[in-house]
Amino acid sequence: MNLKISALQFVEDVKTGNISVEDFIGKTMEHIDKVEPKLHAFLEINRNSLDDARTIDKKIKSGEKVGSCFGMPISIKDNICIKNSKTTCASKMLENFVAPYDATVIKKLKEQDAIFVGKVNLDEFAMGLSTEFSAYGPSKNPWNTEHVPGGSSGGSAVSVSAFECIASLGSDTGGSVRNPASFCSVVGYKPTYGLISRYGLISYANSIEQIGPLTRTVKDTAFLLNIISGIDSNDNTTIDNKNEDYLSQIDEGIEGKKIGIIKEMMGEGIDKSVLSATNEAISKLESLGAKCEEVSLDMVKYSVAAYYTITATEAGSNLARYDNLRYGYEFPVEGFEFNSYITKSRKNLGPEVTRRMIIGGFVPSAGHAGKYFLKALKVKSKLTKQINDAFTKFDLLMSPTVPILPFKLGEKINDPVALFLVDVNTVTANLTGKPAISIPFSISNGLPIGIQLMANSMQDKALLQAAHALESTVKLPEVQI
Amino acid sequence: MTKIGLEIHCQLTNLESKLFCSCKANYREFEINENICPICMGLPGTLPRLNQEAVKKATTIAMALNCSTPEKIAFFRKNYFYPDLPKNFQITQLNIYGDTSIGGTGSILVGDKKIRIRRIQLEEDPGRLIYEGSSSKNQITLVDYNRAGTPLVEIVTEPDFENPKEVRDFLKILSDLIENLGVADPTLEGAMRADANVSIEGGTKVEIKNIGSFHDLEKAVHFEITRQESLNSRDIEIAQETRHWDDRRKITVSARSKEEDLDYRYFLEGDIPWVKIGIDTRNELQSKMPESISSKKERYISEFKIPSQVAEVLSSDKFYSDLFDKSFTQENAKEVANIITTDLMGLVDTREKREKSKLTPEHLKNLANSIISGKIARNSAKNALHEIVKTGNELDAVIKELDLGNVTDQLKLQEIISQVINEEPQAVEQAKSNPQTINYLVGKVMQKTKGKADPSLTLELLKKNII
Ligand SMILES: [Zn+2]
Repeated sequence: MNLKISALQFVEDVKTGNISVEDFIGKTMEHIDKVEPKLHAFLEINRNSLDDARTIDKKIKSGEKVGSCFGMPISIKDNICIKNSKTTCASKMLENFVAPYDATVIKKLKEQDAIFVGKVNLDEFAMGLSTEFSAYGPSKNPWNTEHVPGGSSGGSAVSVSAFECIASLGSDTGGSVRNPASFCSVVGYKPTYGLISRYGLISYANSIEQIGPLTRTVKDTAFLLNIISGIDSNDNTTIDNKNEDYLSQIDEGIEGKKIGIIKEMMGEGIDKSVLSATNEAISKLESLGAKCEEVSLDMVKYSVAAYYTITATEAGSNLARYDNLRYGYEFPVEGFEFNSYITKSRKNLGPEVTRRMIIGGFVPSAGHAGKYFLKALKVKSKLTKQINDAFTKFDLLMSPTVPILPFKLGEKINDPVALFLVDVNTVTANLTGKPAISIPFSISNGLPIGIQLMANSMQDKALLQAAHALESTVKLPEVQI
Repeated sequence: MTKIGLEIHCQLTNLESKLFCSCKANYREFEINENICPICMGLPGTLPRLNQEAVKKATTIAMALNCSTPEKIAFFRKNYFYPDLPKNFQITQLNIYGDTSIGGTGSILVGDKKIRIRRIQLEEDPGRLIYEGSSSKNQITLVDYNRAGTPLVEIVTEPDFENPKEVRDFLKILSDLIENLGVADPTLEGAMRADANVSIEGGTKVEIKNIGSFHDLEKAVHFEITRQESLNSRDIEIAQETRHWDDRRKITVSARSKEEDLDYRYFLEGDIPWVKIGIDTRNELQSKMPESISSKKERYISEFKIPSQVAEVLSSDKFYSDLFDKSFTQENAKEVANIITTDLMGLVDTREKREKSKLTPEHLKNLANSIISGKIARNSAKNALHEIVKTGNELDAVIKELDLGNVTDQLKLQEIISQVINEEPQAVEQAKSNPQTINYLVGKVMQKTKGKADPSLTLELLKKNII
């Protein structure tokens, strides 16, 4: 049984009777049990998966209508709610939180007969880019287990990369899908803000984050996007995409497209191997008929500072509800005065979350907002204007996804500022609401390098076409686990 | 000069659902924590889903208070911790990026005085705290979230009131207006609440919160003015502070926490995009606005010659004016108004009685017409009304059952008149020269018939008999 197949291949094989869902899921579960001690992608494994598989096989046999996922094994980042299952956000604060409802994306995938093999690891409340801030321990990079898988959707990237599932859903607030995708050599995509419903995604910085798929191929991403995108009455920020088919014309190519190479994303601190991979990507894009040209977006310099100011402010508000009064973990409320209770109960939040909550209490506060929060909003709007201007000249913008290679576990955890700089190439898409994708491009010293492409708002289809074109020029070795 | 300003909170009780979810806006009929869902409980991952109907209703209030209404409105988060607040922030409105609240400046006439409105905002009501246990040491706090997320409109006035009487008059006019708009039922417990700020000449502004009813508000304002004046007369400085109304002791007490020091860290609610309320929508809302109380009053006076005071009472209460507007004809309008203001108001003076009343406009129309035609006397009509309100039976059936019909039989009436003439020889003599005395004799006939003699027929017959 080959677990290393794409989503589209899986659907084809099940449809034609090449494989049974039960066999595939059974082998997948065996494989998960085998590699998990090394990788720790999962926070919870769904032991009902095999039953779900049998149900779908029965449906297929009896000629019943089967959803387009045909029992595809998918992992879900543990900040997305699945009804009646624990959703912890990798936090002790939500240790016992069982979601009483399905996120919109979950509902849509269930309707298409996807199988959720488990909930996967993340940095606590999606704050971080290595999974080292998970309250339940970090995940390991399958390419080299001494290295981080990236984050915050590290568990998602690991599970796809190590063949523990075919695809995964993560969330991307400042690169949290693209960064681990790049570090683990899978495709990671953040759509235009509003393209995928956030209902059921536990908010970290709600004004800029999106759910996004992590897959083996760009086509697989398009396949999933067809299922999970679209307007949702439960999320007022969603956009009507008129049931766009992202898979059709994916082979369109990029002949004649103008691509801007963002100067500020290849500057100081960039790893030599990342730089040469990026240059190689440029020549491949040109060989496909695109025209590449350098473009300067000087607001990118301030983007990380603005990003942390805005996300901390929103996090301070979004996470305020975790006072342990209505749900959370065992800590009886009796005998406490309200304020002293929440002060004590919130000690269950981890160090990084606490750090950002404190910042989030400070930067928008009276007397400081002008210097920090409002200034950050100004950077956001200037950056958006710059990028909109760039898109009048270019069809796409390109950069390495992360300027450095996956670092070692523990290497940067005590250096928050160094960690922050890892975000420099990814936060722009979030602050401006633009779609962006990371595709596996190269392996250097056994560690993956990803290339990022960005497009204008609602140009997700064109973005996927370009990503598919570049992807088809790449042949990478398989990960050894 | 004393300056009083008000912040009135009005729930949009006539809406079907809460501001951001589909739980009922009318939470009062539920058991504790039965009118809740993941959204209004602020469960992880849920998002607010704006009730567009609430936006329309709130806009209507703004228009009725002559406030400007912006093209686009925005929502903000007000961040603070409190157990009745499931998200530990409240979604409300603010005017920091220009006028983005549902209503801008406006004004309303109270008598001859113009009270200015500073702004109107749409927000969510928090849950409700229930304290159990007597001593403060053993007291426990329970939270009922049924109310959490109920659509609430906050109306902020300028400090244009000078005394408690003006406050009372304003609140009466405002709650009549809210009721007349059909957006809320102000008689529901907790549907309308208010905070006040009070400052006397040379003093500082003191906020009073926690006032349970409009009735208490007036008392609180009165107490606060007296307290401040007393401090002033003794040269004691009045502290700028927030005070709470102590419902039991009927006094204001200094709030322990310094609420003015709280920093709410307001910022835009990203989960609700700016809402456009285009000129077309606003025009439509304006055109659908129910007739105003003052316009009704004018109409009642000019079209039906109803006395100004009666018209005022009739128009200011939607229950009665609706009833009137469905019952009147050009001929019976004055009589209908009369029945409502002199008899009906006494019969259905509470919310419960109104809800129970079986009276229909058709009943009222019949009753007024029957009085005019002499079929039933005014006195008896009152009894008939009482019966109809109770049973909903048809007027004819009620007249028959209670024997309320007028004595219109000439022979029968003549018999009674003859008796009266025999018993009152002196009055009969006087009546021959002084026609006023004849009314005394009519009265005697009425006495004998328990008010059921047809008045015009009685007069006619009496005249015939005497002259
Ligand atoms: Zn609800």
